[in-house]
Amino acid sequence: MWLTRPLRERSTQLFLGILFAALAVVTLLHVTMPQNSALYVSSYTVTLMGKYLCYALLAVAVDLVWGYLGILSLGHGAFFALGGYAMGMYLMRQIGDRGVYGDPILPDFMVFLNWQELPWFWHGFDMAWFAFIMVMLAPGLLALVFGFLAFRSRVTGVYLSIITQALTFALMLAFFRNEMGFGGNNGLTDFKDILGFNLRTDATRLGLFIASGIALAIGYLVCRGIVTSKLGRVSIACRDAEARARFLGYRVDRVQLFVFVVSAMIAGVAGALYVPQVGIINPSEFSPLFSIEIVVWVALGGRATLYGAVIGAILVNYAKTVFTGVMPDAWLFALGGLFVLVTVFLPKGIAGLLAKRKKAKPDDSDSGTPDGTATDKPSGQEATA
Amino acid sequence: MGIFRLLTLLLFALAMPIVANAQSEDRSEDPGQDLLVNLADAPASKVEDAIQTIVKSGDERARGWLEAYGNNRLSRVKDTGQVVIVLNNRGRDWEIADPLTGENMGEMSRRDLDRVAINNRIRGQLEGILAMLDLNAADPDVREASAQDMMGKVDASLVAPLEAQLEAEENAAVRDRIQAALAIYRVGEGDVEAVDVLAGSLHPRARAALNEAVRGGDPAMVTAAKNALASIEQKLKLNSAAETLYFGLSLGSVLVLAAIGLAITFGVMGVINMAHGELIMLGAYTTWGMQQLLPGQPGLALMLSIPAGFLVSATAGIIIERSVIQFLKGRPLETLLATFGISLILQQLVRTVISPQNRTVVTPDWMSGSVVINDALSLTLNRLYVLAFAMIVFFALMMIMRKTRLGLEVRAVTQNRAMARSMGIRATRVDIMTFALGSGVAGLAGVALSQLTNVGPNLGQNYIIDSFMVVVFGGVGNLWGTLIAGLSLGTINQLLEPWAGAVLAKIIVLVFIILFIQKRPKGLFPQKGRAAEG
Amino acid sequence: MSFFEEMADREHVFHFLTPQASPVDVRHGPILYLEDVNVSFDGFKAINNLNLTIDDGELRCIIGPNGAGKTTMMDIITGKTAPDTGSVWFGTRHNLLTKNEPEIASLGIGRKFQKPTVFEALTVFENLELAMATDKRVIPTLRAKMRAEFRERIEEVLVTIGLKDHRDLLAGILSHGQKQWLEIGMLLMQKPRLLLVDEPVAGMTEQEMERTAELLTSLAGKQSVVVVEHDMGFVRSIARKVTVLHQGSVLAEGSMDQVSNDPEVIKVYLGEEA
Repeated sequence: MWLTRPLRERSTQLFLGILFAALAVVTLLHVTMPQNSALYVSSYTVTLMGKYLCYALLAVAVDLVWGYLGILSLGHGAFFALGGYAMGMYLMRQIGDRGVYGDPILPDFMVFLNWQELPWFWHGFDMAWFAFIMVMLAPGLLALVFGFLAFRSRVTGVYLSIITQALTFALMLAFFRNEMGFGGNNGLTDFKDILGFNLRTDATRLGLFIASGIALAIGYLVCRGIVTSKLGRVSIACRDAEARARFLGYRVDRVQLFVFVVSAMIAGVAGALYVPQVGIINPSEFSPLFSIEIVVWVALGGRATLYGAVIGAILVNYAKTVFTGVMPDAWLFALGGLFVLVTVFLPKGIAGLLAKRKKAKPDDSDSGTPDGTATDKPSGQEATA
Repeated sequence: MGIFRLLTLLLFALAMPIVANAQSEDRSEDPGQDLLVNLADAPASKVEDAIQTIVKSGDERARGWLEAYGNNRLSRVKDTGQVVIVLNNRGRDWEIADPLTGENMGEMSRRDLDRVAINNRIRGQLEGILAMLDLNAADPDVREASAQDMMGKVDASLVAPLEAQLEAEENAAVRDRIQAALAIYRVGEGDVEAVDVLAGSLHPRARAALNEAVRGGDPAMVTAAKNALASIEQKLKLNSAAETLYFGLSLGSVLVLAAIGLAITFGVMGVINMAHGELIMLGAYTTWGMQQLLPGQPGLALMLSIPAGFLVSATAGIIIERSVIQFLKGRPLETLLATFGISLILQQLVRTVISPQNRTVVTPDWMSGSVVINDALSLTLNRLYVLAFAMIVFFALMMIMRKTRLGLEVRAVTQNRAMARSMGIRATRVDIMTFALGSGVAGLAGVALSQLTNVGPNLGQNYIIDSFMVVVFGGVGNLWGTLIAGLSLGTINQLLEPWAGAVLAKIIVLVFIILFIQKRPKGLFPQKGRAAEG
Repeated sequence: MSFFEEMADREHVFHFLTPQASPVDVRHGPILYLEDVNVSFDGFKAINNLNLTIDDGELRCIIGPNGAGKTTMMDIITGKTAPDTGSVWFGTRHNLLTKNEPEIASLGIGRKFQKPTVFEALTVFENLELAMATDKRVIPTLRAKMRAEFRERIEEVLVTIGLKDHRDLLAGILSHGQKQWLEIGMLLMQKPRLLLVDEPVAGMTEQEMERTAELLTSLAGKQSVVVVEHDMGFVRSIARKVTVLHQGSVLAEGSMDQVSNDPEVIKVYLGEEA
């Protein structure tokens, strides 16, 4: 089956091995070490790492469309945020009458705005299963409608990038409006518990961290499954020679749409796991800056490798944490510089460097990438508008 | 008046007696003397005539005299019979001034002064009379303003003088105002015919009078007033449409300015410059810097900012092109990312070096204020200037692209780079020049924007998405398309705003473009044929 | 609209019900039929009242000076460009003007571009795999497995196009001629009823050209082949029937000898004074 095929390849085994080992080590250190030990991993750190894992999953989703389909989405933050909002709505409903105004149904911000009843689209979010479906369905639907229109009209390359950016910008403006019913500026926050577990306890945080790790593993597997299937090769075909693929009888728009929707759904899951860990979701997640930042994680890690996206996301966000702590003003300089340096000097990213080193040692077997193409493809041919 | 008094007080307080004596000699030659004495001497029945004489004289000082008269501040010195204005009537000694020269005459015991009497009937008329005064001013603008001021204030006593005034008045605008003022009074009195006069007026007071009439009982009057109101409503709609169009074009011109540089770098070179917004910001900051260098001369600073802004942004553009973009040729998505990084750096640079706060750029006097078209429509000058500036920049660029050697070379390189090179065109140089031109125009946009919005580090960011939308909507590589797209998007936005609100209007426009691009992926004015296929 | 056309349309709507290799009705002779086709770009008439019929199993060469409309004609047949007027039929059943590129491709029309386009980031083997005539919809493609018969078929074509030793090389590092061959190989994998081949021998050595000529002639009979070529020697070596295009319409048609003696054709090729 296409989903289990990647389990047989060395690179996936290695990736999953490292991921699960990391999860296990962090869990062990957190649970067994005494608080004053140097090896103790605090609850704060656990949550921080959980956050990185969500970003990594989001980066994998972006890499799937950018790396293998050549679609540079500058609006994936929108799918992430929609997933986050779906989760946020569930968490809001879980607050019940423990809010400031004590209304059993209406979230605080609605009471504050003098709303009398729950808007129709808030119904059902008190049920976890419904909310969890919406986490994937909402971004999936947006991607479906948007992608259907865009790919059918063969909007690709920079045009697509620009309108995806406009899409997330429009959504940000929309979600800033109080009338939309998503808490306006302030977004959704003050969450109490998830599935009955108190969000403030260490155990819940650890659980969310592990859940994020597992989600990353599954997301990675899904993406890897797609790219190692024949569909993955067709994606690359559509990326590099769209017309040829079409004359071979492939519906390029359908291929793009399918992969795009899958990617959006994965991004939605990432957003949903992110929200309970940071405790808030607001329209700033829709900001074009965030979406384009995701792209630079992928670019740094290396396009069309998937694991590169994970490395990039974690590295950049770790750097961000360090920088904003030590010298906050310098962060934007560093980020801006990163954009320039990666694109000019490191077009294949860190994964490209690793592949080069591997090649330098020919005795090292290359069975890790059976399709042999992922790391060797020529970069930057995807868009000639 | 107060300041005038205070100044004269300060200046002349010490030298007063001497000056006063010196002045008193040619006093008899001043016609004002007679007018005042005439008023002071007039018996109660003749006061109105005396006032009218003063009004008709057209003397510029008449207002001051009559105001003083109405305030019981006009007195006669018992000894000399000279008429004076009392500045301060507290205590035993009153401070007085010469009504003819305005100069302070020091203090005088109140027992030596005789107040010029005024009865309540005259006092009641005085306000209208004072208003009439300005109707006699030499400057037609003053007359018009005064007539406008009278609208809704006319009472029975003023009707006759106003009608007389109407006879004498030659300026059409002033006549309209006087007629409207009279008509408002007459409508109030139940005169149905007067309604017709008001039907053409857009002044709020005319509408108020008509609304009052609609509430009244007389059925003929109610119908007439209703009709008149409907026709006014019609006119108002027209005017508000014109205003919306103006705001739309103004917003559109800003969009055109912001996007036109992008149209060059994106359309001609195929380079996605996400730092374009920051080049606009640099232009705006150049204006601010220029005004810091030339304090007190905002106009000159602004004029100098036009070349300076162009140069600053063009230089920044050249640096960006040489240091980054040239290495990313043929990789548009990478260029997009790299220039986005540059935009972050530029923003942060401004935050660090200048300030994260917004800076104020002064609008020179000749750009503030507005052009009044009628009572319901006035166009702000700064927007008008920016609109004109945008058009000038646009057509200048058009000329550069069409008529100059650079334009020819740019078009040649765009169409076939290799061929152009083999013809001896230095493509690299053309790239630099094109990018510098596009960036410089962004700087110009910044200079113009500094007159309309706050100048801050985020200035550019607010325009980049809109600019791209304009370019994409208009069709890449087509300057006319950019113009049409910018102006129409601006107008659409303004049309939507009244019923959708600013934010929703923006969202609707964005969604519209997203849908439009899917219908016509190559914009309003696509390039057709074989060349466009590759 | 005739009853038959409506039936054809229904087939189009229920795409998932149609068998993979849709039957092409050639009982009435021609497999491809262009009538009164006109296309203009910004006032320039690229195709001007073009009428062209290709019989089933025929090998037809199309020649003509630059700008004669050869590539545009291919674009119209494969659904890339929509004509302003005219009709284009595949067999008597399929109105090509109502279909898009992938649909036309799955009806059995294969096309080789003027500039060889292969998937450079994929291996030779994978290129052929993607071209193979199978279910090309998204989900079946995702779940597709490499079956032994497919592998055999690919190996077969690899031998035919002489790239057996290069099967695991990335297509991007092949020589120009090898790419041409690979693209022809991809056409063969498609098992088309009609092959449109645009300048197949550009950039090939003398030897390679011979092999190409052999291959194309061997295809004729089983499949219909339309070759657009500039190289007259090559055309002479394979052609049975030649069509000369000029300014978007057919100038002459017949055997190579007939055509090359036609005064009109000589005028077009050698200039006005000839």
